[in-house]
Amino acid sequence: MAFTLYSLIQAAILCVNAVAVLHEERFLSKIGWGVDQTVGGFGDEPGVKVQLMNLVRSVRTVMRVPLIAVNAVCIVLLLLFG
Amino acid sequence: MKYQQTKPRARAAPPTADSVLFDDTSSAAPAMNSQGYYTPGYNMAGPSNNMQGGAGPDLFADPMANAAMMYGSSLANQGKDMVNKEISRFMSVNKLKYFFAVDTRYVLKKLMILMFPYTHQDWEVRYHRDTPLTPRQDVNAPDLYIPTMAFITYILLAGMALGIQKRFSPEVLGLCASTALVWVIIEVLVMLLSLYLLTVHSDLSTFDLIAYSGYKYVGMIFTVLCGLLFGSDGYYVALAWSSCALMFFIVRSLKMKILPSLSPDSMVTGSSAKPQFRLYITVATAVFQPIIIYWLTSHLVR
Repeated sequence: MAFTLYSLIQAAILCVNAVAVLHEERFLSKIGWGVDQTVGGFGDEPGVKVQLMNLVRSVRTVMRVPLIAVNAVCIVLLLLFG
Repeated sequence: MKYQQTKPRARAAPPTADSVLFDDTSSAAPAMNSQGYYTPGYNMAGPSNNMQGGAGPDLFADPMANAAMMYGSSLANQGKDMVNKEISRFMSVNKLKYFFAVDTRYVLKKLMILMFPYTHQDWEVRYHRDTPLTPRQDVNAPDLYIPTMAFITYILLAGMALGIQKRFSPEVLGLCASTALVWVIIEVLVMLLSLYLLTVHSDLSTFDLIAYSGYKYVGMIFTVLCGLLFGSDGYYVALAWSSCALMFFIVRSLKMKILPSLSPDSMVTGSSAKPQFRLYITVATAVFQPIIIYWLTSHLVR
């Protein structure tokens, strides 16, 4: 398995795209991962599921706009250079 | 004096420049501009040396050359300041300098601990008023010098091993380097993700994780060397030895940082699954090391 740095970048872009396309009300709420279903417990044990939901929500909030630019660049490069 | 032993290896500075690397370079006029790029943080930072740098080139008879030289050096200083500012926005250079503050005694002791950790008694990282001690003063502190050097040595060794098998070409060297780098990045990202998800509030920064994950290259170098010198049997023996040593080292080092201390005043809240998960992280990290050592070196020793 020979990795190049470019394949790492590709894998990262694909993973972030996968997290960004999870829709809030159509999907995440249906499976109980919506933002209104986090139980705000006070104490230092948020639990794995809550952390994961927070991570998904923050990735979607932060990476929406940069992903548009990165995907556009990727598409143009793939069209031009295969 | 200590730096002179590490700096030339790291940057291949010309031999005549050794003695002036850490002396005041502002008086060495003709070599001014080239010296400035070898000592980025040590002599030129802080008070601007523009005035001292301008005193040197006044030796030129031609005033136009003087003016051009001063303008050029001021431009270079501006560029250097801008680059420093941009870099310090992404990573704190001071934190990085902490990891490279090593000396030969530390490096030798650490290499011995990496290869034979069973007799080392005290694994605590010592602190000094809330800041961790530099690797020069504390042998348990992680550093980035050994991983960097070991990584580069591993790439060179891989090239040599492939050359012995007549399978060498320059592209293969680059491929080997980027593969190893990608595995390090993957491992560090997985560790960060698991530490975040399980809300382990340890003081392991990203650089610490890079350091601990780079220590396996020392084991890899030893394994590949034994494989080249003693054939296939030597390879497997060295693989077993360095795997055990590395697993022991990683478990003992990370246990201090990840697993909770058993002090009576720590919070008792938290599910009982938490200590288990922390143990799983430590053990999984340790078990991952021999796998990756085997993966990255088996094709070199055929």
